Amino acid sequence: MSALRLLGSELRLVFGRRRNQFGLAVLTVVPILMGIALKVQRGRPGGGLVGAATNGPFLAIASLTLETTIFLPLAISMVAGDSIAGESQQGTLRYLLTVPAGRTRLLAVKYASIVVGAFAAVLLVAVVGVVLGVALFGADPMTSMSGTPLPFAAALGRTVLVVGYLGVGVAALGAVGLFVSTLTEQPLAATIATMVVVALSWIAEGVTQLAWLQPWLLTHWFLNAVDLVRDPILTTNVVRGLQLDAAYIVVFVLAAWARFTTRDVTS
Amino acid sequence: MTAAVASAGLTKRFGRLTAVDGVDLDVPAGSVYGFLGPNGSGKTTTIRMLLGLIRPSAGTCELLGNPMPDAVLATLPRVGALVEGPAFQPYLSGRANLHRLDAADRTAEARSSVARVDAALDRVGLTAAASKKYRAYSLGMRQRLAIAAALLRPRDLLVLDEPTNGLDPQGTREVRHLVSSLAADGATVLVSSHLLSEVEQLCTHVGVMSRGRLVSQGPLAELRAKARPVLELTTPDAAAAVGVLSGLGVTASAAGDKVTGDPGGVAPEAAVAALVGAGVRVRGFTCASPSLEDVFVSLTGEGFDVGP
Repeated sequence: MSALRLLGSELRLVFGRRRNQFGLAVLTVVPILMGIALKVQRGRPGGGLVGAATNGPFLAIASLTLETTIFLPLAISMVAGDSIAGESQQGTLRYLLTVPAGRTRLLAVKYASIVVGAFAAVLLVAVVGVVLGVALFGADPMTSMSGTPLPFAAALGRTVLVVGYLGVGVAALGAVGLFVSTLTEQPLAATIATMVVVALSWIAEGVTQLAWLQPWLLTHWFLNAVDLVRDPILTTNVVRGLQLDAAYIVVFVLAAWARFTTRDVTS
Repeated sequence: MTAAVASAGLTKRFGRLTAVDGVDLDVPAGSVYGFLGPNGSGKTTTIRMLLGLIRPSAGTCELLGNPMPDAVLATLPRVGALVEGPAFQPYLSGRANLHRLDAADRTAEARSSVARVDAALDRVGLTAAASKKYRAYSLGMRQRLAIAAALLRPRDLLVLDEPTNGLDPQGTREVRHLVSSLAADGATVLVSSHLLSEVEQLCTHVGVMSRGRLVSQGPLAELRAKARPVLELTTPDAAAAVGVLSGLGVTASAAGDKVTGDPGGVAPEAAVAALVGAGVRVRGFTCASPSLEDVFVSLTGEGFDVGP
C-alpha cells in the first residue's frame, strides 16, 4: 500500500515534468508525419500496395517499428538515466533515504515508474497511430506481412500485441538505464551512456562479423515486432526476444540493487 | 541518562583521506547537543554515517539505541534530519515536496498527510509560500522547508546540520526558538554549526570537531569551566605590580605597561586594593573569563571559518 503511494508520487513527478511531456509529444510526431506522407502519396498514381493496404493499425505498427530505432530508446534513456542520478545530483536522494524510503523500496518504485513510462510511450504512439490512421484511411482490413488480409478488429488485436512486445523490450532497456543511473551523480551521463549502448547495438546489427553478438542485443529483437503481424503469428523469435528482455531485466535490476544498496550517498 | 546518539571509534576514510577519525560521540537523551567545528572538520560526514547514508570504514554508531546503518528502516522514522542544506524537487511547490517525502515514509499515515504537512509548514512560517514552486524560494525559505520536512511527524531525535545557514537574524531567532520548543517537548536535538554564537545560546552539551577528531565533549558548563579568568592590568609601574601580585599568590608577567596573570583564588577587588596600597599607579584593571570562542579556537587550533 505504502509503496503504491510512493509510486503515485513518482509517476506524478515523471509525467508532470515538462521535459518528459515534451518527449512524449515528440514521439507522436512520427505517426503524424507518416500519416500525412502516406495520405499525400495515396492520392497520386503509383501509390501502390502500401497505400492501398494502409489503415489505422498499420500506421500505428509502422510508426512503432520506426521509433524503436531511436526515439523510444532515447525517451526511456532519459527517464531511466534520471531516475537515481537525478535525485543524486539534486541532493533529494539523501532526504528520501533519511525519511527513510528504504533503498530497495525506492529502487523498486523507480523501476516500476520506468516500466510504466515505457508502456505509456509505446501505447501513446500506437493510440495516435490508430486514431490518425482511421481518420485518414478508414477501418478497412489491413494486409498482413504474409500478404493475407487482416480484418480491422484482428489488426487492432495485433497492435495490442505489438505494444505489449515493444513495451517489454523498452522496459528492458530501461533496466540498463536504471543500473547506469546508480553508478553516477550525473543524470545526463547516465542517459548518454544508455544511448551509447543502443547506438553500439545498432552498429553491431549492421556488421556481419558480429553476427554472433546480435542475438544478445536487445535491439536485435525489436524488429521482430513485425512477426506479430504475420498470418499466422510467427512466435519463435518473439519468444526469444521476450526471454532476452527478461534476462536483461533480471540482470540489470539486480546489478542496480547490489550497487544502490551498498553505495555511500555523499551528494 | 541513556544516549540518543552514541558512536565508538567512528571512522570514515575516502581513499587516503581520513575525513572522520575515531569519533566517540555521546549525546544524552533529552539534551540539545551542539556539534561544533570549522567547515571541513568532519561534522557532516559524521552525520551522514549516523543517518546510514554512508558506511563507516571502522567503528560503530547507534541512534536511539539501534545500530546504524543496519536498523535504518526501524530507526529513522523517529528521526528528523536536515543534512548539508536543503534539497528538493525544483519544479514542485513547497507543499508538494513535503507530500512527496511523506509518501516516501512507509510508516506515515496517508490519511493525516494533509494535516501534518500543513502543520509543519505553519510551524516554520511557510504557509503563505506553500504553493510557490521550490525553485522560486529564497535560501531562507528553502532552509525553512527543510526544517519543516524534519517536523512532518513527532520525532524523538532531530539531527539539524547547520539549520540557520542562509537565514536572516529574525529567521535565526525563530529557529533557535523552534529548537528550544522541540527540546521542551522532550526531543533530543543534535545541531551542528560552525557558528559558536548559535550553539552557546541553545545547547546543554557540546562536542567540538577538529580535523576529523572529536577534541572535546561534555556539558556546556564543563567546557565553560575550562575557560580560566585572566587578570589584566595597565600601569606605568609594571615591575612593582608583578611583585605585589606575586605576594598575593598571583603568577603575573609584565610586557611594557601591561601586566597579565592568572588570579587563581584571589578576588579582583583584593588585588586592586593591594596594588593601590603599595603605590602602584593603576590606570586600568580587568579580570574576565575568556569568551567561549577563545576556548574553541584554542581547542581547534584555528579560526572558526577556516577549513584545514
